[in-house]
Amino acid sequence: MSRSLDASPPTADLRVEAGDIHVDLTGRWRITAPTPKWHKAIKGQPAGRVIIHAENLAAWDSSLVLFVSEAANWCRVEGVYCDQKTLPSAVRDLVTQLEDKTQHPVPAGRTPDFLTLVGIATSDCWDKAKQYSNFVGECVLSSIYLTRHPLKFRWRDSLAEMQRCGAMALPITGLIALLVGVILAYSGAIILRPFGGDIWVADLVGVTMTREMGAMMTAIVVAGRTGASFAAEIGNMRANEEIDALETLGIRPVNFLVIPRIVALGVMMPLLTLYANALGIFGGMTIAWGLLDIPPSAYWVEMLTIVDTSDLMTGIIKGTIFGAIIGLSGCLRGLQAERSASGVGQATTSAVVTAILLIIVFDALFAVIFNILGW
Amino acid sequence: MIIATDLSCGYNGKAIIEKLNFEVKSGEIFFIIGGSGCGKSTLLRHLIGLHSPITGDIKICGESFATADANRRRDLLKNFGVLYQGSALWSSLTLKENITLPLEEYTDLSRRDRDQLARLKLAQVGLTGYHDYYPSEISGGMKKRAGLARALALDPGIVFFDEPSAGLDPITSRELDELILQIRDTLGTTCVIVSHELASIFDIGDRLILLDKEARTIIAEGPPQELIASNPDRRVQAFLKRRDRPA
Repeated sequence: MSRSLDASPPTADLRVEAGDIHVDLTGRWRITAPTPKWHKAIKGQPAGRVIIHAENLAAWDSSLVLFVSEAANWCRVEGVYCDQKTLPSAVRDLVTQLEDKTQHPVPAGRTPDFLTLVGIATSDCWDKAKQYSNFVGECVLSSIYLTRHPLKFRWRDSLAEMQRCGAMALPITGLIALLVGVILAYSGAIILRPFGGDIWVADLVGVTMTREMGAMMTAIVVAGRTGASFAAEIGNMRANEEIDALETLGIRPVNFLVIPRIVALGVMMPLLTLYANALGIFGGMTIAWGLLDIPPSAYWVEMLTIVDTSDLMTGIIKGTIFGAIIGLSGCLRGLQAERSASGVGQATTSAVVTAILLIIVFDALFAVIFNILGW
Repeated sequence: MIIATDLSCGYNGKAIIEKLNFEVKSGEIFFIIGGSGCGKSTLLRHLIGLHSPITGDIKICGESFATADANRRRDLLKNFGVLYQGSALWSSLTLKENITLPLEEYTDLSRRDRDQLARLKLAQVGLTGYHDYYPSEISGGMKKRAGLARALALDPGIVFFDEPSAGLDPITSRELDELILQIRDTLGTTCVIVSHELASIFDIGDRLILLDKEARTIIAEGPPQELIASNPDRRVQAFLKRRDRPA
């Protein structure tokens, strides 16, 4: 750009002489200030050779380049000559660069049509399923290896994760479980009261919490809390090439990062499930006492008539499996994350969605399996 | 163009560099150099207004940046562009959108004109035709060029470069140096470059200041060739000749 202390505003005055259009450019042209526009200046003028006079130009920048480019385009359309000889050579060069219409094709795979998108999504689902099962296989092999080489297992990391995903999840898990128990008891009371079956609220809450809601609500909370954290942490490590550094040292990321996390969740989830069961039952007990005048002792005795060890065990088994699912989903998505800020964000979201989806699917499977087994 | 007077820069009231007095003239390629931790990037962050000086003043185009009110600072920001070390392109926007964003913010150009300008800026840095690409779809060297195109969006009088050659191979680094020269020669832009790339300093630098970590101030100022030829300070000679520091 030319720099000048002249602060006069930019002008583009047109005058017609012998059929030629003379354009007198003066003043200080700045992109951040209003500048003349060619299409307004030429309005109503008959076509003729355009001769640009820039001898009195004080200063210019890209705004002048735009103006001249528009003028040159107009001349091309009208089939007339555009004389730019008096313009600074830098302006003429920039106008030429602006007129370069080269376009590199965008990378393949972007913005396909709807049917292609459906096909790609379907293929993507199948690929993801294959990746997941490959990953599960890899984790099984790593587990066997670490069982044979227990000193190579990162106990310290696993214990730290147990604290993070277990102990530090107690407040939120407890709150959710308590409220679920309250909701179950309240909803149950509304239905059972007309039949004089108030006391069966204890059975409803006890069975539902121990068999289903304890494990599932805990798993959903942990998926959002811990699963996302795993994906974000490992995704960031991938973006920072820390995973690459592990691999170039011959350390398998699954051994180093994944198994300690899955073990942590596998240990903590059953405990969290029992804790959630207890608080859910306590929540139901509170509502039963407050709303239905059922004393805690009666509530407890009634609950024990129907809730037995098999109910507790189904909840614990589900909790353990759900914990493994959350760990696998979080770690896998982290390892698959793209090396960018948005990639890590997407991995985090995907980890939670995958975990919750699989939790629901497995819960349905368990319902069938335990029914067949008579549990 | 830029005048620093008794400038002290640091964080949380603690100065890292002190008593800086220097001037950057219009149209020159000015290097700020020094060893790691000497405060080059700190000085740059103060020059571009991300932090206020602890003491002293910075005048850009004759106006004090530090004492300007919020509206005036916003106007002064239009006078310079910054190429960050990692290019800092917004990853969710295409290259064209990265460049049109400052144009949307500070001009009343039509969308068509903004798009045209974005293409021009990309052409100026040798990225013609890549306007619809996302930052993740281009190489590191191309990201630097795209970052420079964005820094030039408002045709600023000054462009600041933070370690422009970091992470680039020698060929790409040389190409970037030539681009900087071309920008200065074609557009008259003043370039202030934080770097410790000696090759770039000697190839394209007009003048430099050398910061020293222990002295916490400028220990040399002038054209690189003159400093290496005649500056008696052993620290200056050690840095410019890339030798171990004398005991």
